[in-house]
Amino acid sequence: MRLSMELELQDVPGQLLLALQPIRDARGNIISVVHHRDRKTPRGTVPVRLIVEMDRSKLEGVKRDLEKSGIVVVRAGEERFIEEVSVILVGHVLDSDLGDTVSRIDSTGYAEVMDLSLSMPGVDEPSSAYMKIRATGKEEMQKALKILRDVGAQKKLLVIEPVEDGL
Amino acid sequence: MREVRISLVGYGVVGHGVVDVISRKRKMLRELGLDLKIVSITDHTGTLVEEDGISGEKVLGNRTLQDIANSEMSAKETIRSVNSELVVEVTPTNIVHGQPGLGHMEEALANGKHVVTSNKGPLVVAYNKLKRLADDNGVMLKFEATVGGTMPLINLIERTLVGNTILGIRGIFNGTCNYILTRMADEQYPFSRALAEAQELGYAEADPTYDIEGVDTAAKIVILANAIFNMNVKYNDVQVRGITEITPEALALAKKHGYVIKLIGEVPALTVRPMLVPIRSPLAVGSTLNAAAIYTDLSGTITVTGLGAGGVETAAAILSDIVSIYRTKRVDAIF
Repeated sequence: MRLSMELELQDVPGQLLLALQPIRDARGNIISVVHHRDRKTPRGTVPVRLIVEMDRSKLEGVKRDLEKSGIVVVRAGEERFIEEVSVILVGHVLDSDLGDTVSRIDSTGYAEVMDLSLSMPGVDEPSSAYMKIRATGKEEMQKALKILRDVGAQKKLLVIEPVEDGL
Repeated sequence: MREVRISLVGYGVVGHGVVDVISRKRKMLRELGLDLKIVSITDHTGTLVEEDGISGEKVLGNRTLQDIANSEMSAKETIRSVNSELVVEVTPTNIVHGQPGLGHMEEALANGKHVVTSNKGPLVVAYNKLKRLADDNGVMLKFEATVGGTMPLINLIERTLVGNTILGIRGIFNGTCNYILTRMADEQYPFSRALAEAQELGYAEADPTYDIEGVDTAAKIVILANAIFNMNVKYNDVQVRGITEITPEALALAKKHGYVIKLIGEVPALTVRPMLVPIRSPLAVGSTLNAAAIYTDLSGTITVTGLGAGGVETAAAILSDIVSIYRTKRVDAIF
């Protein structure tokens, strides 16, 4: 079964390996690791999201082992986000409050920005941002994209969406 | 042998292409049982009429008809009075009022002459009216060359894919934009430099607004919506965003994550906007190519690609429309 785990790690070397060890011991297959170094919590910890293919019965044991190592398990369970979409924004992405743009998606509860990279050629020139959005389903993804389109119109950003498979 | 007498209206790049391909393909056309004769050509400088057919050799060297015109008849007068049964309309396009092409087409259809065209404007402005006029007069209006240049789309849908319900069409319908975006992605050129290069190579007009602002693509979307989806829409029903805001940085970010950025038109969504296309998608064609994915209920998705523009290429689409009129008639046994 595909499970997702949200962890908080101390910002010191070796923490990620420490977090992966119990999963390895439980013969879990790690599908993805997203390390949000850019989004530290107020406590100074680094959020990490793991997607793991693993027997659900082993989840409690893994959680216990992680907590024993001092890792905070924020949430662990079946993978919530099943839809992923890439989007590029062009315009004054940063000056128009990128944090706000991201949190408009994140605050929905059904979608979140999970990957973000920026390219800024120079002051006063339009910058570009790539983001990957995840959502709990197709319909939720469409709602999240609608929010992004509205934010784009409001902040004068060009929102470049991907063509869908099929129609 | 079936003689087909043609009046050609418009003698620019495409008009020259039409004269060129008809004379080049004379033998092949005769093998199909067709003797295509251009009996008149009209441009803004005058009209040349030759009852026995105008030879390509005689006129192809002339950029306009100024030195060879033998009549001062206007295009409409020529359409009305010259003994022809088919009008090829290839004057410059105007998508606001459709003129002068709209008047030419109305004149031809009302006089019981088939119309074959590459001119988008009249179809964008008045497709349903023109179609009704053609039906009422028992003639055909063919316009494969208006959408996607030489890439077969309308005839492919109406003939080869007949029986399918067409769920949607999505594609790249403007070679100029595609060239600019391809160069920006490959060379990290800013928009202005890629545009200047396209202009130098003759891929973009001196005034490139129609292309880069998405107007040309939107016009094609209107034609597809009306002709294939019977939607009765106008230009203003299309949501349009061009490519002028695209930066080389955005293209580089896209590439890093496995995408290219293309100007994509969609029907029946009626949108024209830059979109991310996966690099391995059949729609991710480069240079001046056009590409279209046709979504059908029975045949799944069919993707076609081909050169978007060029005089001879556009003329090839016009020629195929001309031939198809007479082949249709044969099938209907009213040849």
